[in-house]
Amino acid sequence: METAAEGIRPDHQVIFEMIEPGARVLDLGCGTGDLLDLLAQEKDARVQGIELDERAIYECVRKGLSVCQSDIESGLAEYPDGSFDYVILNQSLQEIRKVDFLLREALRVGEKIIVGFPNFAYLRARLCLFFGGRAPMTPSLPNRWHDTPNVRFLSISDFRAFCAEKGFVVEKAIFLNGRKTIAFWPNLRALNSIFLLSLPAGQ
Amino acid sequence: MIALLKGESPETAPEGCTGSVGVVETKYYTFAEPPESLQLESGGTLGPVTLAYETYGELNREKSNAILVLHALSGDAHAAGFHPREEDPGWWDAMIGPGKPFDTDRYFLICSNVIGGCKGSTGPSSLDPRTGRPYGTKFPFITIADMVHAQRRLIDFLGIEKLLCVAGGSMGGMQALQWVASYPERVRSAIPVATALKHSPQQIAFNEVGRQSIMADPAWREGNYYETGQPERGLSVARMIGHITFMSDKSMEEKFSRKLKNGQLSFKFDADFEVEGYLRYRGAKFVKRFDANSYLYITKAMDYFDLSGGKLINGRTLDTRVLVISFQSDWLYPSYQSQEIVRQLKLNKVDATYCELRATYGHDAFLVELEGQTTLIHHFLEKTYLGERNGNGNRR
Repeated sequence: METAAEGIRPDHQVIFEMIEPGARVLDLGCGTGDLLDLLAQEKDARVQGIELDERAIYECVRKGLSVCQSDIESGLAEYPDGSFDYVILNQSLQEIRKVDFLLREALRVGEKIIVGFPNFAYLRARLCLFFGGRAPMTPSLPNRWHDTPNVRFLSISDFRAFCAEKGFVVEKAIFLNGRKTIAFWPNLRALNSIFLLSLPAGQ
Repeated sequence: MIALLKGESPETAPEGCTGSVGVVETKYYTFAEPPESLQLESGGTLGPVTLAYETYGELNREKSNAILVLHALSGDAHAAGFHPREEDPGWWDAMIGPGKPFDTDRYFLICSNVIGGCKGSTGPSSLDPRTGRPYGTKFPFITIADMVHAQRRLIDFLGIEKLLCVAGGSMGGMQALQWVASYPERVRSAIPVATALKHSPQQIAFNEVGRQSIMADPAWREGNYYETGQPERGLSVARMIGHITFMSDKSMEEKFSRKLKNGQLSFKFDADFEVEGYLRYRGAKFVKRFDANSYLYITKAMDYFDLSGGKLINGRTLDTRVLVISFQSDWLYPSYQSQEIVRQLKLNKVDATYCELRATYGHDAFLVELEGQTTLIHHFLEKTYLGERNGNGNRR
């Protein structure tokens, strides 16, 4: 994957900008480690990854990253409270079954968490369902109903409501359509969203 | 375990020789001579102590490229290359040599026979200086920690302050972990492969059956068999049991299935099936090269080993990097045991990488299924050596 600044994935760029230099970062489902590599190289962050795929782990080790093989849902239990400044859960929230449990665990292990997911209420997805009568397929939801790894189908508004209900503080929310940041009507116009969450002070 | 590798992997055939360290010789280092002696965990002492060891590659001027490779139960100091007039290479030859993961063009490799062994280091078959006869069961009980303390003396003797890495599989992995527990300031990284923080009752049980098999052989004679010949039947049965535990159901099916040795059933208690012939062959080969008392002492050391419950890290802050590897089909040292090592490392904020490799060969995979190990170990070592440990805030 790209390492040159202009070649960085837009969601990686957004997350990269959320994290301050020298931070301790854990990436849940870090894949081949491109984002962690970028954070380590450019921000001198102290990074670790959790990943299930053996080949992806080889790539991480090739980059000099430390990564432990585990699924996302059971990989957090071993970390002491507050082990990280940031726990990243990018593009895997929609594949998680125990969402509430996982986010609470992530907020135990990390001071803040960064959650990125595809927006199910994107305009084209709505049209697909409303006029086409078919399960939506968009650039951020590229799979068909029968081969998608996703088990959760949520919109930006859904996630906001969820955070409010659970008492998570939304510190930042960035909405993306390709490389463009979407400010107005993101629930209709954004393909992807990235939330920075924390617990209220004292919790 | 060595035996299975020898002659079976194409990379290790003498004529193939690519990336071989070539002809090597075993050296010897003796310490703890009277009045000094090596204090043992059991409370006993041992001295003088000789360690048989081999080295490959060259120590650099900064002495920063030394890697200690640690052998398993039946291994020895001969980890790579060839001894004169021998056809089989060392036990980890596929991993050690020019261009291999333990690259001898770059690193200085050391491997020594454990104390308690029978391949040149002081063990029960060595002469007891007090009597001038082999120790036999007068040999003191030794532990994995004792083995490591002896290795530390060798590393001191070689003038190495800090090892780049300690690495080994099975009992070799236990020693690597013991190095981290005993001398964390002297190891930059560790690679424990297919190993555990402690033996489970199942692992102890298999070892105990092996020991009972040896001790039930009348030729054992309470360990005093050095003039009468060793308990070959008992030792070979112990080895046969061992080989069963090193394989997997799948690898045995692939290798032997129910194939018959002579095409038909004999209706005698001969080896009808290929698997029977294989086990008998392995057993018979093993008794030619391994001492029964060493088998007893070393398996006991493995069973006594226990770094569980926080004893690995002991609450210290370590900057040792650890790469933990397990194999999917290894039921003797199942992955949950490696995951427990990783759990201890994470709990103590030690820099850990873990991967369970897809493999079909069971516990033997660490010696015969090399692809994943090669990639992981090569890059892990390279990054550690070059100080490019990525994102841990203390690049060196």
